Amino acid sequence: MEMNTNLALVLVLAPFLGFLINVFFGKSLGKTVSGIIGTAAVVVSFAVTLFFFSEITQTKQAIQVTLFDWIQISNLHINLGFLLDQLSLLWLLFVTGIGSLIHLYSISYMHDDENMHKFFSYLNLFVFFMITLVMGSNLLVLFIGWEGVGLCSYLLIGFWYKNQDYNDAAKKAFIMNRIGDLGLLIGMFILGSMFSTLDYATLKTAIAGATNLNIPLLSLAALCLFIGACGKSAQIPLYTWLPDAMAGPTPVSALIHAATMVTAGIFMVTRLNFVFDLAPDVQTVIAVIGAVTSLVAATIGLVQTDIKKVLAYSTVSQLGLMFLALGFGAYEVAVFHVITHAFFKACLFLGSGSVIHGLHGEQDMRKMGGLRKAMPVTFWTMLISSLAISGVPFFSGFFSKDEILMTAFHHSIPLYVVGSIASILTAFYMFRLMFLTFFKEFRGTEEQKYHLHESDGLITFPLMILALLATFGGLISLPGNSWLNDYLAPLFTKVAGEEHHLGTTEYTLMGIAVAGGLLGILIAYIKYFKQDNVPESDENITGLTKVLYNKYYVDEIYDVIFVRSVNVLSRFFRDYIETGLSAFVFGLGKVTNEIGFQGKKLQNGSIGLYLFAFVLGLCAIISYIFLAQ
Amino acid sequence: MNVSLILIILLIGAFATYFVGDKLASKVALFFSLAALGCSLVLLSHFNAGENISLINAWITQPKISFALNADGLAIAMLLLTVALTPIIIFSSFGNEYKNAKGFYALILFMAFAMTGTFLAADGLLYYIFWELSLIPIYFIALIWGNGDAEERRKAVVKFFIYTLAGSLFMLVAFIYLYQKAGSFLIEDLYKLNLSPTEQLWIFLAFFLAYAIKIPIIPFHTWQANVYQKAPTVGTMLLSGIMLKMGLYSVIRWQLPIAPLAAKEYMNIFIALGIAGVIYGSIVALRQKDLKKLLAYSSLAHVGLIAAGTYTLTLDGLRGAVLQMIAHGFVVVGLFYAAEIIFRRFETRKISELGGIRIQSPKFTSMFLILVLASVALPSTFNFVGEFTVLYSLSQINVWFAVLGGTTIILGAYYMLKMFQNVMLGDANSKTFADVSVNEGISLVVIIAVLIFFGFYPKPITDLITPSLETILNVINKN
Repeated sequence: MEMNTNLALVLVLAPFLGFLINVFFGKSLGKTVSGIIGTAAVVVSFAVTLFFFSEITQTKQAIQVTLFDWIQISNLHINLGFLLDQLSLLWLLFVTGIGSLIHLYSISYMHDDENMHKFFSYLNLFVFFMITLVMGSNLLVLFIGWEGVGLCSYLLIGFWYKNQDYNDAAKKAFIMNRIGDLGLLIGMFILGSMFSTLDYATLKTAIAGATNLNIPLLSLAALCLFIGACGKSAQIPLYTWLPDAMAGPTPVSALIHAATMVTAGIFMVTRLNFVFDLAPDVQTVIAVIGAVTSLVAATIGLVQTDIKKVLAYSTVSQLGLMFLALGFGAYEVAVFHVITHAFFKACLFLGSGSVIHGLHGEQDMRKMGGLRKAMPVTFWTMLISSLAISGVPFFSGFFSKDEILMTAFHHSIPLYVVGSIASILTAFYMFRLMFLTFFKEFRGTEEQKYHLHESDGLITFPLMILALLATFGGLISLPGNSWLNDYLAPLFTKVAGEEHHLGTTEYTLMGIAVAGGLLGILIAYIKYFKQDNVPESDENITGLTKVLYNKYYVDEIYDVIFVRSVNVLSRFFRDYIETGLSAFVFGLGKVTNEIGFQGKKLQNGSIGLYLFAFVLGLCAIISYIFLAQ
Repeated sequence: MNVSLILIILLIGAFATYFVGDKLASKVALFFSLAALGCSLVLLSHFNAGENISLINAWITQPKISFALNADGLAIAMLLLTVALTPIIIFSSFGNEYKNAKGFYALILFMAFAMTGTFLAADGLLYYIFWELSLIPIYFIALIWGNGDAEERRKAVVKFFIYTLAGSLFMLVAFIYLYQKAGSFLIEDLYKLNLSPTEQLWIFLAFFLAYAIKIPIIPFHTWQANVYQKAPTVGTMLLSGIMLKMGLYSVIRWQLPIAPLAAKEYMNIFIALGIAGVIYGSIVALRQKDLKKLLAYSSLAHVGLIAAGTYTLTLDGLRGAVLQMIAHGFVVVGLFYAAEIIFRRFETRKISELGGIRIQSPKFTSMFLILVLASVALPSTFNFVGEFTVLYSLSQINVWFAVLGGTTIILGAYYMLKMFQNVMLGDANSKTFADVSVNEGISLVVIIAVLIFFGFYPKPITDLITPSLETILNVINKN
């Protein structure tokens, strides 16, 4: 037990140590050393995770570690503790695994940046908070990590702080996340007052043993928690920060805004599956929001010209699909897609980073093209990942996406249709990206063309590993024979009776999905390869494309409704209410002064006036006495 | 050993500082403030060992007024806040030159003396004397050593003085009335009174007026922003870090237990008033042009939430409020100090004229950012512990209170990050900004260390204050 505690602490604190070293000594250590330390710190966590993971696959016993009392509230005792069970270890595996690869990649990618040690310290801090989020044994420890990763996201989006647009994007991400966080807090308050605990294990027993559960209140809690998930995992209506977050360096987009942090909402819902299972209405809301988000984001992705923006909307869309699965209580399906998505989306982002790096910062696909020859590794790895995300058979995404759509089909045909359309669109915009970037002639400057080259080994190695995982990752949950479902089974109260039996319906659905994906690819091929179309420059975009290109003007609408109105209110309060109140208080003083001043006039020493007042008073008293009788 | 020792040290310190002259004044003041801190820590260990460090001495026989100091856990926590912040505040002024420094530093110690007395006093009239006494030094500090146009400053400071004094007079009337009933000013005698609901209401309102102006609770806050802006930063720190906690503390110590029926009857109104302050303060803070004024309104928002916590009359509400008082005391002193550090270099506090500091001074930026994050109650800072507890207690009364009060985490992040961006980030400013000096760094590091340590381990403070809060709650719930 003692050893487990120590190892768990190593797992959490190794990245924190890396952070401290880089913060205090990073500059003097030099760029390469600081990068190596940052990477090594995460590799240590990965190694410990592997150890725990191999343990749990054998013992199937969760490990609970309690450190000390943290916050005392009358009916709640919240301690700082960790829970290493199937779910957290699975998450840790890809957080630290992909994290290590991305750290490695960053050594090369960020090497020209003067603040590279800062970058690694933030990245380490992020991994620390992400591990805390995943490993916490109660909701409040999760919340430390939850807000902590939000902070790191803020720091890394605004990493190039000289540009105020980037700072705006960072601030927006933090504030929109905090809207969700308030929901999460309120959800915690309700759960805490209902069950007197925020500890997962205790909560689960309490709910299982409860009679006369107040289901409406529990549903309210679930809804509030889901609002939190919407913020972190970029779902409607809180999704607009994620595309803007692409202002950060590309490794950040891969790690935080694709593979790990944005999946925190799915993690939390899966973690609290026993709460959500009792709130079917909320589950419906989750499924609908997930489906709609996946479609809306996919349509916006169709016309974007910034390579990272395409991937960002694709991420929002894929997260939507995961929530679609969560809404049907198919937690293991959602988790499966989280994992495959982490592989191929991290690969895609890192690949796009390799491209951007090769073109010295160019992100506009209209100025790319023909990079296939100069950057073969980048091309092939991205191609594999694109095939995976498009659901082409036997790549990882095929299995996970297929399971989501199949689950949807069994519960709700309309949502199945929405999800399927989103998937077809995904195949289209991904291959649009591929054709525009890697095929035909190069459309950039001669200068760029001259310097075109494949990135170095530190960049291509992670790409190759991730491409490998994107290819074979689906093996962890083959239809009918799912290692993943067995592994996760202890988490869920539902008996695994819902195992899909592969029948005619399933094969038909699979056929439709594959055909849809291929159709999307084909259209992209015709449009961007055969016909050699290149998206118009910004001013020539019109009609529906313009609406999509401007993201349905949602940012502008939010701006008017929320940002401007609160600012108008602020000015009104400042200029009118504040000055008004102040004048009122001064006015009280003036009135007192005035009374004194007028009163002074009476005391003017004139005996006549005094006598007059005296008689007047006497009359008043006498008449009062008479009238009173 | 008894607690009056701290008062004596501070008072002697004030005189000693004045008599050593301008040159040594700051160092002597620092020495005495540190002595008071050290002594308080010793007292704390005596208290934790179970020793009684309170005292009652007869003082004036007719009317019966006692020199009674009650050092329970709650009072000790506030005492520690005062004596821990005082040396930080004094040390933070070391980069500045003051005319007539001996008077300046003597007044700081004298103010610490009066505020400590207010927290410890267990006799109504003694308490009232300390309460009013603390107003005098801050009046002079703000008036003489303040900044900006002298005439405007005089206007703001005199308004503050008269306003708070006027509010306190109602409290004095309440005390006199209570004396008529109880025949004593001793707090335990006042706790024992059985006042009718009507009497309680009037007493409650009289106290409220005094405290609402001091804390301040909207709409009684109009003195605050201008005084914070015009006072020298040391004065602003004393006001925001410690003095406004006198009001909040007094709510818990005097107002609620003496008039519990009124407190229960009108609880929702006063909670709502506190929460209104949270939202109003946050929104007004959004469009402030002056850094100190922005921080003043942020303070208004935070104390609104604390006040709402106290009026819940639950252990969680009171405990969260006290934790948050301490956390806010530290963070607000840190933030005002950061504003001062910027002012020393750029000689302006206008937000629109700042920016581009990050590029020149990464160390200062990191420290400032941590303070900003603590102020918006990021988990793992002390402020989160307090804010979470208060919001939880509000949710137990009515979940909408928690939702509305909780907007502070959104709006707070909005105005603070916006301020941070405009003040610190962006491309280089034309003026040079030297990174923090060692002296400046020490104060900031101490504050940050306190905020992070208690963010993870608030237990010592929780254990210190909980028994006395339970006692007070017993008095409140005696009927």
